[in-house]
This record gives sequence, structure tokens and C-alpha cells, in this order.
Amino acid sequence: MPTVYVNDQPVELKPDERLNCIQAAQKAGVEIPHYCWHPSLSVVASCRMCLVEVGDKKPDGTVAMVPKVVPGCQTPVKDGTVIVTNSPKVQAAQRGTLEYLLLNHPLDCPVCDQAGECGLQDFSFKYGRAYSRLAEPKNQKKDKPYIGDQITLFTDRCIMCTRCVRFTREISGTAELQVVSRGSGEEIDIFPGKPCNNKLAGNVVDLCPVGALCSKDFLYEQRVWWLKGKNSVCAGCSTGCSIRVDQNKDVVYRLKPRSNPLAQGEFMCDEGRFGWKYIHSEHRLKFPMQKLPAGITPVSWPQILPALRQALTEAAKRAPEKLAVVLTPFMTVEEAYLLCKFVKSLSPAARLFMTPAPVVGEDDSYPKDLRGQAAPQPKFTIRAEKAPNRAGVELVLQHFGGAVESLDAVLAQVSQGTLEAVYLTAGSPEGWITEEQAKSLAKAKLVIVQDLLDSPALPWATFMLPGTSWAERDGTFVNHAGLAQAIHRGLRSPGDAWPDGRICFELAGRTGIFHAPTIRQEIAGEIPALAALIVGDLGDEGIFLKSAGETASAAGTESQVPVTGGSRS
Amino acid sequence: MAEELTPISNDDVVWMEEPEMGFWESTFLPAIFSGLKNSLRHVTDFKPVTQQYPEEKPDLPLNYRGVHRLNRDDKGRVKCVACMMCSTACPARCIDIVAEEAPKDDPLWADRDKRPKSFVIDELKCIYCGMCEEACPVDSIELTHIYDLTGMTRQEMKFNKEKLLEVFDKTKDNPRDPIRTHRGVLGPASDFTSLPPVGPATQIPQGDKASKPVSTDVIKQG
Repeated sequence: MPTVYVNDQPVELKPDERLNCIQAAQKAGVEIPHYCWHPSLSVVASCRMCLVEVGDKKPDGTVAMVPKVVPGCQTPVKDGTVIVTNSPKVQAAQRGTLEYLLLNHPLDCPVCDQAGECGLQDFSFKYGRAYSRLAEPKNQKKDKPYIGDQITLFTDRCIMCTRCVRFTREISGTAELQVVSRGSGEEIDIFPGKPCNNKLAGNVVDLCPVGALCSKDFLYEQRVWWLKGKNSVCAGCSTGCSIRVDQNKDVVYRLKPRSNPLAQGEFMCDEGRFGWKYIHSEHRLKFPMQKLPAGITPVSWPQILPALRQALTEAAKRAPEKLAVVLTPFMTVEEAYLLCKFVKSLSPAARLFMTPAPVVGEDDSYPKDLRGQAAPQPKFTIRAEKAPNRAGVELVLQHFGGAVESLDAVLAQVSQGTLEAVYLTAGSPEGWITEEQAKSLAKAKLVIVQDLLDSPALPWATFMLPGTSWAERDGTFVNHAGLAQAIHRGLRSPGDAWPDGRICFELAGRTGIFHAPTIRQEIAGEIPALAALIVGDLGDEGIFLKSAGETASAAGTESQVPVTGGSRS
Repeated sequence: MAEELTPISNDDVVWMEEPEMGFWESTFLPAIFSGLKNSLRHVTDFKPVTQQYPEEKPDLPLNYRGVHRLNRDDKGRVKCVACMMCSTACPARCIDIVAEEAPKDDPLWADRDKRPKSFVIDELKCIYCGMCEEACPVDSIELTHIYDLTGMTRQEMKFNKEKLLEVFDKTKDNPRDPIRTHRGVLGPASDFTSLPPVGPATQIPQGDKASKPVSTDVIKQG
């Protein structure tokens, strides 16, 4: 077992583990400050922040140290490597580096969006010195407000770590950004007329360790220390990027990708990053409504749920084979399970459907080459399947004996009269039903719509249940590769809307409160395909429903590309 | 038991006897006359001590903390850079700021990045602690000597940016509320060019100054 010594603390490595000093120190719980190094990008060792003393422990026990400090990011460790991160020599180097990085850095922390999560602030506080010896005026470069549609550059704040440049070259492959000029004139810039607008462009803002690259969407909206984050999963496509929802006072301000090697790696795409605006749409449904003889009336939850349960029970008694529940790939596993279980308990003859996930274009893999073709080994994939949980709902559906049917096919059955009562769940941010399609609901005796946004189906609904967006729910999403990840409720819903899990839970007449980990364990006991959920708490990274070998077949039920895509390679 | 409970050991306790009363003292007459003398002095004192408020305004101490004002810089713009330090520091959470990007094409705002779109202080929620004043990096928010703040509605007591700038215009010529600083923008670190370079130019010796305050010479000159 190779052993590395970090500040005299032995760290065991796996035999095939190839780490640099920063990663080895991370294993020991020791932080080596760094700016330019990033686990997903190539090593340039240009910021000099990670300077450490490195040595070699000989078999006879003597230690031979390298006589100077070396960049930790560029120095691989092997058995017997000794890393010292806190000697006076290293501390002097860190202070010197920070003083140098701060020479031309403006002191505009109060107006800088990065303040509070800024690498320069943190490391200056921990490793820097209290004063600058620069007596000359600072080198102030002109801001570049248009780097891309979503990106602005405060040139003078940049410390030239070139993470953004390497990202566009190595991960997106589009290479819009580069360093222009040399020496103290160095600046990040785009080629004239070629803005950084690729679908992964938003990541350069996250990568920027200082406040140089800022997101125009978030610019000056909030101070970061006011944001409260909850771990969640992006609902934009079936890649299921691990993210954090940052909100304050129930208003989402931004989504940030979390590092998750099992799901997507370190990044997320701009479609997901900026595609959450519908959460605060004015078309959100806020109150449960019921069609009464007097017209469509807002009703409270304690009134509508028993009425709905009775209506469903009657429909199941009258003609159980004409009662149908239509699931969507936008629901969580828990919601699908609770609803299916409830309807099947009313009558085993009741029918279950799921509308297929919307597919837009084709899977979009990065990095791109010069001609815009994806590289053979993609590092990031934006899936064409624009729904977060097709795989998870499908597994529930298979267990309860349902079928994947298009909405048109279900509605055709309604107009033929083979279905009389339909429970439609939606939650798609795009419209899921057209005016024309909605007209065929006129024939149904009982229409229940559980949705997030206003839709043409509502005038035909006997019961309208306001659900919530994914950011306001607890539950489980299963991505294209069969990775089950937990989503957490990050903010409260507007009006009297309830998280869909709670609606399904209370509709089923269960007592207690909806608690996703408990339901997960119940599901694991009942559905063999979801047995892996038995742990209840899925952790930050989630768990695969099947072991690695079986995963590909689980993902391949629809013409999906094999698993390797999203994760960091 | 009691000895164990008492926090003072018995060795530290000195027991004292009250002094014996003399003959005159035991008649209580000297005490009565001294009290009467005191009363008589006040009865015959015709100098008034009551301040005739509101005809007469009180002379408040210079560090009195009253209604806030938002200062203007020398170009007449609001000094505030919308950094929200004041609303972060505020223990009563009475400051609500919405920031916006300063218009780049307007020459008046060309040198500024960020400015407040709205700036509202709820004067009723405020506890007038002065933390906002302390936190402000550009000396924009200040507490004035205005203490007699009244209003007919709660809404009226929510001071917005315009109202707070009005307070500045009203108070800036009052010697009790002087414009204390002209620093309107965030200074670059080279503000310190007036100080001699501190510390050695190259080698960092043992006991580096980074962990200590700058040398006494610098403080004298600053």
C-alpha cells in the first residue's frame, strides 16, 4: 500500500491511485490553497499558490527534501512522498504569492459579486499578509461587459489562472476564450465577434476563483452570504446533474453545479443553469380548485382531498377499467409509487400510463472539435430527453403493470369512451397539452389535473391540484444511467400549492407527514428493481440502482447512449 | 453547611460593629435641620432648569444617533455603492436594498459599477445602534441629529432613497451633522501611496509583520 506523508500524517493510497500533492493532502484533510488547478482541467501550475515542500522518504528512514518549494498541483505523489504544507518556508511562499496576486487586484470587494465565496478573500485571510507594499498606482484594465450573452468580465479583478480558457478548450472544446497580450498587459478576451455562447459557457463563472467572470443573470441580485442552498438535481434533462439551489426568502437566485463523479462530474449546462425561471412564473397554480355546480371554485386542501378520494372511489366502483392515472417523467419515484399504490388499492383493474419524456434534438456531447463534432470520449453530455426521472417512473410503472403511452393515445381512449376518469399529472415547464388535445377531455366524467403551471387542460378539470416545481420537493430522481439521487426541498411554494409528494401522500389517506427517506425504504421493500433505495438517505452523490455491470442495460431501454457520457473521464 | 455554600472563606470576612450614636445624634435634630436647609435652598432658587421644549431645542451630544441620511458625493450622486454591508450588519433587519448596474453609457456614472436601485430603511424598526454607519465602506450612510421623527402612517416611516437623500440635503449645512469625509468611491489599495513602504523589500524575516499591525511610524503619519 503506497503511503504518503502530509505534515507527518501518513495517508494510504490505493495501488492504482494517481494523485498530485493537493489531492493527497485533501485525503489527509489538509488544505493546500490553489487557484489555477481544477480536478477536471489540465495542470498549468501558473498561479503558484500551491507551493509546498516535497521530499522523499528513503527505505532506510531518512528523508531527502527538495531544496526549494514546488507547485503541489504539478507534483505527483508516490510511495514515500513527504509533503510539508505549513513550514515557515511554505508560509513565506504563500504570503509572497498572495501579495503578488493582489498587486493589481482592486479592493472593490463591497461591490463584487464573488465576495463571500472568493478564493482571494479566503486565502488572503488564511495565508496572506495584512498589507501591500505596492506604492505605485494599480494597473486598472477596462471591463469587458460582453464576453457572452450570460457572461461579463471585470478585467481588473482577474488573477490570470486561465481556468476559463482551459475549460473552453478542454471541456466545451469551443475555445472562445484566450489570453491576449503578455506580462502585466495580460487579459482574458474573446476573439472579435466570437462571443462565448456555447451551451456550457456558464461554467466559466463557477470556475473563476475570483469575481472576474460574472453571470449577468445573477449580477448584483444578491450577496452570496444571504443565499441558502439545498442540494438537488437539475430537472432539465436525464443527465441529472447534481446541483445546489440557492434561494433567499423563497426566491431562487441561481443554480450551482455540485461535484458528483457518479452523475455529471463538476459542471452543468446553461439550459439547466438558466432554465429554472418557470419556478417563479406568474402562471403558477396557487390554490386547489374544484368544479362545483356554481363553477370552478377555490377549495381548501382539507375539503378537496376527501372529495377527490370519494370521487375516485366511486369511479373505481363504477368502472375500474375506465379509471386511469397518467404519470409523467417529471415526478419523483416516491410520488409515482404513492399514486400508483393508492389507485391500485382502489381497484386492481385501474389502469396506469406514463407519457413519454419529451425529446428535443439529439444528445449533445462535449468537447466539440473544430467542425463542431463531438469527441469520441465525451466529457459532458446534454441529453435529448428533457425530463429528469423517466427511468425511475418507468420502474414504478412496470411494477404496477402500466404502460408508456403518448398523451394522444390516452386522450383517444377518453374520446372513445374506454376511459371515463383520468388523473393527469404534469409538471412539465413546457406546455404538455394543446387546446385541441384538451377538448377530448370533455367526454370524461372525472378529470383530475395535478400540475405546476396553467394549461389548456384546466377548464376541463373537475379537480385541479396545484403541485410544485422540483426545487420545492423532496424525492428521488433516477437519471439515464440508473443513478438514484435525492432532491431536497429548497424553498416554500407560492400560495397554497403543496409538494406533489405530500398531495399523493395525503390523498392516499396515509397518516403522518410525507418523509421521502421513509417512503424510499417502503418502495425498496416492495419493488425489487428499486431495492437499492433501502438505505433511505441517498447521500450527496446518490446510488446506482444496479451494480456497475448491469447499469448499461438499465439505461438502454430507450435509444439512449451508453453510460459513460456525463461523468468525468 | 452554610460555610460550604458561601463563596467567601471565613478568613476573608471582617466583622464590624456599627458606631455608637452620640447625644446630639440620638436626638436626630442635626439631620432634620440639614434636610430643612437643603429644602430651603431649593425653595429660594429661582433659576429654571426645565427646558422649554419644543420652543427651545436641546443641545444633543455630538455622537447622538438619530435619523439616517444617505450622503451624496461631489457629483451629487448617491455615494452608496449598494454593497449591502449595512443591511448585513443591521441587527434589526430594517434596511432593504435592491442593487442595479450603474448605467455605463451615462458619463455621470461611468466610474461606478453598482448602485442602489432602491434603498429603504424602516425607521420604526430601526434601533438606532449605528452599526450601519460603522459597516459602510464608503461613508454613505450616516446617522444625523434629527430625533423628532413623526409620521401619520407606518408606510411614511419607511424612508426610501429619495427621502434619505433629502435628509442629507437638509442636514449637510448643519454644523452638528458635517460631511465627515469626501471619500465617495471605493479606493484602490494604492490609497496608501502616502505611506512609506513598510517592511523589507525582499527577504521576509522571522516574525513577519503580516501578522502584526503596521509599525508605529506609519500610524503616526496616518
